[in-house]
Amino acid sequence: MANPNKKKIVLPVAPDTKAHAPVKHLYSKKVKLPYGVPGHGLTEMEREVSIDEPPALPINDELNVIGKRTRRVDAVYKVTGAAKYSADIQLPGMLFGKFLRSPHPHARIKSLNVSAARQYPGVHAVHVLSMEPGGSVERESGHDAPAETYNIDQLPLLRYVGQPIAAVAAESQYIANEAAKLIKVEYETKPFVLELDKARRKGAPIVFEKKVKDEGNEGDVGVEAADEQEGNLRGPSTGSFLGGPRGDVEKGFAEADFVVEGEFRTQVQTHCALETHGVVADWKPDMLTVYASTQNTAGVRDDLAELFDLPKSKVRVITEYMGGGFGAKFGAGHFGVMATELSRKTGRPVKLMLDREEEHLSAGNRPNSHQMLKIGVKNDGKLTAIDLTSYGTAGVGLGAGVGRVAQDLYECPNFRQAQYDVFTHAGPGAAFRAPGNVQGIFSLEQLIDQAAERLGMDPVKYRDIIDKHEVRKLQRAKGAEVFGWKYKKPGSDPGPIKRGFGMAQGHWTRFINLNSSATVRINKDGSVEVMSSVQDIGTGTKTILAQVVAEELGLMAEDITVKIGDTIYPDGPGSGGSVTAGSITPAVRNAAYKAKMELLGQVAGAWDVEIDSLEVKNGEVYSKTDSSKKMSFGEATKKMRTNQILATASRPDDYGGFEIGNGIGYGRLGSVQFAEVLVDTETGFIKVERVVAAHSCGRPLNPMQVESQINGGVIMGIGYALYEDRILDLNTGHMVNANLDQYKLPYSREIPKIEPVIIEHYGAFSSTDASGIGEPANVPTAGAIANAVYNAIGVRLYELPMSPQKVLAALGVS
Amino acid sequence: MNRFEYIKAPSIAEAIDMMDSTVPEAMVTKTDGSAKVVKAAGTDLLDLIKEGILEPGRVIDLKSIPGLDKLSYDKKEGLQFGPMVTIADLENSPEVKKHYRALYEAAAHAATPQIRNMATMGGNLMQRPRCWYFRSSGHHCRKKGGTTCFAQIGQNQFHSIFMTNVCPCVHPSSLATALLAYDGQVELTGPEGRRVIPLSEFFTPSEVDVTCENVATNQDIITNIILPPVQESTRAFYIKHGQRESYDWSMGDVAVVLQMDGNKCRDARIVFGAAAPIPLRREAAEEVLKGKTINEKLVMQAAKKAVEGATPLAHNGYKVPLFQTLLKRAVMGAVG
Repeated sequence: MANPNKKKIVLPVAPDTKAHAPVKHLYSKKVKLPYGVPGHGLTEMEREVSIDEPPALPINDELNVIGKRTRRVDAVYKVTGAAKYSADIQLPGMLFGKFLRSPHPHARIKSLNVSAARQYPGVHAVHVLSMEPGGSVERESGHDAPAETYNIDQLPLLRYVGQPIAAVAAESQYIANEAAKLIKVEYETKPFVLELDKARRKGAPIVFEKKVKDEGNEGDVGVEAADEQEGNLRGPSTGSFLGGPRGDVEKGFAEADFVVEGEFRTQVQTHCALETHGVVADWKPDMLTVYASTQNTAGVRDDLAELFDLPKSKVRVITEYMGGGFGAKFGAGHFGVMATELSRKTGRPVKLMLDREEEHLSAGNRPNSHQMLKIGVKNDGKLTAIDLTSYGTAGVGLGAGVGRVAQDLYECPNFRQAQYDVFTHAGPGAAFRAPGNVQGIFSLEQLIDQAAERLGMDPVKYRDIIDKHEVRKLQRAKGAEVFGWKYKKPGSDPGPIKRGFGMAQGHWTRFINLNSSATVRINKDGSVEVMSSVQDIGTGTKTILAQVVAEELGLMAEDITVKIGDTIYPDGPGSGGSVTAGSITPAVRNAAYKAKMELLGQVAGAWDVEIDSLEVKNGEVYSKTDSSKKMSFGEATKKMRTNQILATASRPDDYGGFEIGNGIGYGRLGSVQFAEVLVDTETGFIKVERVVAAHSCGRPLNPMQVESQINGGVIMGIGYALYEDRILDLNTGHMVNANLDQYKLPYSREIPKIEPVIIEHYGAFSSTDASGIGEPANVPTAGAIANAVYNAIGVRLYELPMSPQKVLAALGVS
Repeated sequence: MNRFEYIKAPSIAEAIDMMDSTVPEAMVTKTDGSAKVVKAAGTDLLDLIKEGILEPGRVIDLKSIPGLDKLSYDKKEGLQFGPMVTIADLENSPEVKKHYRALYEAAAHAATPQIRNMATMGGNLMQRPRCWYFRSSGHHCRKKGGTTCFAQIGQNQFHSIFMTNVCPCVHPSSLATALLAYDGQVELTGPEGRRVIPLSEFFTPSEVDVTCENVATNQDIITNIILPPVQESTRAFYIKHGQRESYDWSMGDVAVVLQMDGNKCRDARIVFGAAAPIPLRREAAEEVLKGKTINEKLVMQAAKKAVEGATPLAHNGYKVPLFQTLLKRAVMGAVG
């Protein structure tokens, strides 16, 4: 039977760090591409590229559509409600599914009886899960029995409150909800452990008796698979895909003039996408069609094809509109598998959307962390050693590391880390907007600020000494200028309400997914389409694809029809790891270029001119040498010899190859944020007044959407810093705030003035030279706020979220 | 959510006739799905049903009864409003804003603008606590007729610091904090007719009956809420503190209503919200202020007195200094 845990990692992380053999081109050419930052010593970089590549794209200033503030192509549909999300899908004869979930954090199912549920009027099917969905999977678990029947001894052990057990499909959601409650289960409860510290102790209840497969790892990007597992402790991971330990840490500390160190804790954060996880599955004899709220249509198709033993050609996954995922929506998921099973059993489409409580419990979270970080510093500011030990729990999942920022953000010859995963009886973690790095930056950037203070240096200037990243240096300078940065003595305001300024920076790896293809179709009537399975998860992918095609064909964004989020089209990348813009837009531009050249070839033939004398611009096709040869784009397409011109292209390797493997690009996506806060020292209340966020994402394709991503990243970072916290009852294992009432997200008044600063940076990496922004925007926020809080009150907070309780406790008031 | 019968009540008398349970009774003693309960806007009642902890057989809607949404102010009579007056109605009433500042502030800081537009004052006073164990169908707590209080031994960061012995939930109404500070009264109508009960006797401490929060019986409907007139000398203020400003439940809220002769405090009423299972008068603190000239030092003494006897739980010790600050700021806000 289907195991939904397989193949969940869709991020383009190369498992090995061996030197990558570059692709060879039979015919290549040399192109000169913009390189650097306009206004800051912009130059050109010559790259040898395939002969098929389009000419170099000039900087944004010289373009018509790319780089211009462009309204989303689907904006009107979204604000009028015309856009149909997965939850809006209605199919004839559709049934509604509802799960029965474990009420216990650790239990064995003694007996299970579905007959009352099955006989409830309006119920069409009940399905019992015979495998462990989500999270990690014990090896040789033996739960591969066919799903049609189940053996009570083979039902999976229940390891968290909310673990799915069974589901019903019924004629309405209300019937399904009622019927699910009628499934009778007898449980044998077992001791459980929820806390990171207790789970590590000897004698703690064990979550997994056997070694687990790491295929369920959705929690982090590329923490090296650490095979050691003892009790609930798994690891350590001593390196990442960026490398292993460096130098001699003990020697480094011996050489240090002083050491800064601290113990930091971060909480579990849940994703809280507006649209919950879910699908509508429609099993038909000739085709399984699944409408999914997913970040990866192609990945869901691959999952379902494998799990249900179907050829990929017989599975179609559609995500026309998507209400956010933030990393937690990749695989088919337990709901996708269940809906498909129920649809197969009933022969009817089945809708299965999680409710908000299920979403909190079972659909992923950012693991917590306990970090011990120690940094050796010379009196000239140079770092001599970094030593990191971290523990984190992704519940029954894996991937609770704290990222690669300690390893890679600053220059330091000696580095050592031990990152551990700890299993607990709680819902599985999942990738969450810059997994690991967000946790890691909270400790790293506070210690870097401590070092600056010890040195008597301004934190911004201090980072100029230890951070050699040129783009980040510019981000610091520009950000500080917009912010009006001035160093202020910590805790120096009189009165109970104190103002503070702080900054932090971060980075994110420039991942590329080479499984990124697109087709551009020019029709005889002048209409143009771009097609790919890549999905728009709310970031604006549809719009940037329209812009790229429009730029290439001399049209406007609204002239292009974007058909994406459907696996009948060429495979696009999964939208995770901030890969989408950097991966799919070069494929799209190359396809548009190929289609254009085909069109121009036909026009050149008709006019009897050389093809390279023709140009398309401003909706016209014309000869650069003969002003009599000119017509509109629509007139030109009427001259096409066939009804359509079709061109497909895939993402080639980065120009100049990859730094590591076949997907990790050179350069890091840097980010620097500045925060201004007010701290009420008598109530513990923190108010973020202002954030200046300086970012770069290569070539910004649509500045309006880049700003939108920065705004979202900062808001999410504020929630992480001050409000959000998954609170588990330690006596029953239940999450007590599994709603959007007491799980506290930032609302309108919690959102400060956010000023994005975009650094346009060209790296000559591809035909669009675009990179992602979603994750970098979320990395530094909590660190910047923490440093600002320290600056306000002169007392450092080592634990998130920085709630009034924690502020008062830190101040010694309570 | 279970199936239930829904009836629009034509009149108070008929509604009383049609109902047979308080919501607490429907959750503890009449759990067989037959309970007949009344609903105002339903902002809380429907939550309880959706959370699976209330399964009524009949829901009687009071919104269809004419005349329950009147608000009137008279210099001599004071403020009167019907149970269907919304929180937004209070917030938008010029009289409330002018004469009952603490009530205005409480209305303006309750819930969200959307909820304030819907939620009624009758429902606000009758709503059930927000304790996350009480609200969880997976926890059969004392308030629901069980034997365990999960909050006392569990996650209690937002719970009571007073009267914590039986059930440390906090009363959910932050409007009630202000209403009690104004010495408000509630008119209840039952089969025997009307009776007026001071708010100081309306709320039920959990020591008296843990399963309910007030004295309304199974055939009582709130028909009026009455505040005495304010005087020239009245100075009032209200502060609510949550983790968020936009929308949040109170971590602590304080209403003060002072009678001032110049700088001298003749009389004082101080009420804490989110401190106990009922809105909590702090008489000892009031005594500190009475007959004295208000200054920060005196107010600090009162604040200290106000938290005497607090028995904070494992995770809510922060509320003790918080309430002192809020009281200090509320008094200074009232006289300032």
